[in-house]
Amino acid sequence: MTLWEKLRPYGMVAPAILVFSVFFIYPIFYMIYLSMFDWNFISPTKNFVGLQNFVDLFKDPDFMQVLKNSLVYMLLTVSLTIGISLLFAVWLNRTGVFYGFVQGAIFSPHIISLVSISLLWSWLMDPEYGLLNWAIGLFGFEKLPWLSHPSTSLISLVIVAVWKGIGFNTLVFIAGLQSIPKDIYEAANLDQSRPWKTFARLTFPMLSPTVFFLVIINMISSFQVFETIAIMTQGGPVNSTNTLVYYIYDYGFRFFKIGYASAAGVVLLVIVGLLTLLYFKLLSNRIHYR
Amino acid sequence: MKEANRTIAEGRVWFQSAGKEAWMAKGANMAIRAVNLIGLLLLVLIFALPFAWMISTSLKTMPETMVFPPEWIPKNPVWQNFSEAWSSGPFLQYFVNSVVIAVCILALQMLTIIPAAYAFARYQFKGSGLLFGMVMITLMIPSQLIFLPVYLELSAWKLLNTHLGLILPFASSAFGIFLLRQAFKQVPEELIEAARLDNAKEWKVILNIMVPLVRPVLITFALFSFIAHWNDYFWPLVMTTDETARTLPLGIAKIREVEGVATWNILMAGNLILVLPILIVFFFAQRQIIRAFVYNGVK
Repeated sequence: MTLWEKLRPYGMVAPAILVFSVFFIYPIFYMIYLSMFDWNFISPTKNFVGLQNFVDLFKDPDFMQVLKNSLVYMLLTVSLTIGISLLFAVWLNRTGVFYGFVQGAIFSPHIISLVSISLLWSWLMDPEYGLLNWAIGLFGFEKLPWLSHPSTSLISLVIVAVWKGIGFNTLVFIAGLQSIPKDIYEAANLDQSRPWKTFARLTFPMLSPTVFFLVIINMISSFQVFETIAIMTQGGPVNSTNTLVYYIYDYGFRFFKIGYASAAGVVLLVIVGLLTLLYFKLLSNRIHYR
Repeated sequence: MKEANRTIAEGRVWFQSAGKEAWMAKGANMAIRAVNLIGLLLLVLIFALPFAWMISTSLKTMPETMVFPPEWIPKNPVWQNFSEAWSSGPFLQYFVNSVVIAVCILALQMLTIIPAAYAFARYQFKGSGLLFGMVMITLMIPSQLIFLPVYLELSAWKLLNTHLGLILPFASSAFGIFLLRQAFKQVPEELIEAARLDNAKEWKVILNIMVPLVRPVLITFALFSFIAHWNDYFWPLVMTTDETARTLPLGIAKIREVEGVATWNILMAGNLILVLPILIVFFFAQRQIIRAFVYNGVK
């Protein structure tokens, strides 16, 4: 093997590895470093403060509210999305032009910009002239304040996230359903199992790897929610929809408290990191299983 | 004789009731099918109505948007809404920026992911496990997590408010490498050996044999990448303050500030300008797009 042949693979992966190192790996360490300083971005000196930023963060009632909002948003979004998608997947897991059309229709929000979705739903949820309030009025319900009141604002954002995410999750579930070997079902049919029992005892256990994966992926993406909040509520009213990424953005770019925002970023990093570890653990288990 | 008649009568009754049961079963079956069909139509409505409402609103005058029960098809469609949305900001600039950035990102990604994926799939070299581990970690790091330090990097290099600042961080794609590596692995070894026997240079083997073989995967990835960056709002919002580098999603979101809060007709017209290209692409390449996004989820 010539020297050139030995070096060639490194040369081929170098550009990609360089991009990842500069824009993904290094920034993580840089953010951890920054989280231990008090710095306003303009000043030439950074003051080392150790873990003071983290102490301040967990003493700040606003941040505790943000953590709570993020958690509630995540739990509601993930459970609703997964539950409904699973139901839809079993229902829509059929071939044919019409089913293909329905699958395409429910998937379509997933490829639309979150800007469009946020603006569209702001309009649908308008308290005075929104289509939603008119529609629930037809059934005799009172108008809801949707995004404009703390009691309904977070759940409104959850509704938008679920509406956007269902199609994607349903199709991943359908892909999972189709990878279950058919002969297992033939055996179950021989025993004359009822459909519900077949699902509970056969389909769901076979599908559980897909369920775990989607739960983790949805958890990670829920913790990153930003666009809908920035456009629809700006974290309000009275902080009721302020979540982690928006909080970091706010402190970094409005108040220029870089160290403090970085500390909040490290908290998010820990959450996403733990979820990612869980993901890789499941991934390696699944590969081992296969 | 009487006996025989009775038997025939009994037989007739039996026959009739059996027919009735079969007919009832058929009826129940049809009822289930009808309920199923209504359910499917409702489902489509839940996802199609908001889009229909967007189109409908975009063609109304402002007073018309506040009329209930709503008129789904406006009598006099107001096409000026589109020109008003377009002229509420430097939209040609936004549009050009969006195209330039999405295309440049895609081109750079192709240049970086093809060789990297090939090396990971086909060569054995020291540290390849470690380097691929790095790719996998990058795959899981969302840009929402690291925007603050990257902002400071780009600021130090004077790349804020430039196209480069929006392109370079995405010049490679961990997902692309992951996807393409699988595809390269599936190409049978004999094909490459045959080419090597002909004394073909390695880069020629890659370019003339491997790349055409994995073309469907490349197209899938291209659709995914283009849509993701065309739609992106977060990154350009954070990395730019200047209109000269901002993209279409930011321009659309800004209409609300320029035109006032209640001008939903103008806003929806602007929104349609952003959505329509994607919906048209989706209409023609639905399968590939779904495959790309679903695969990104499953991995």
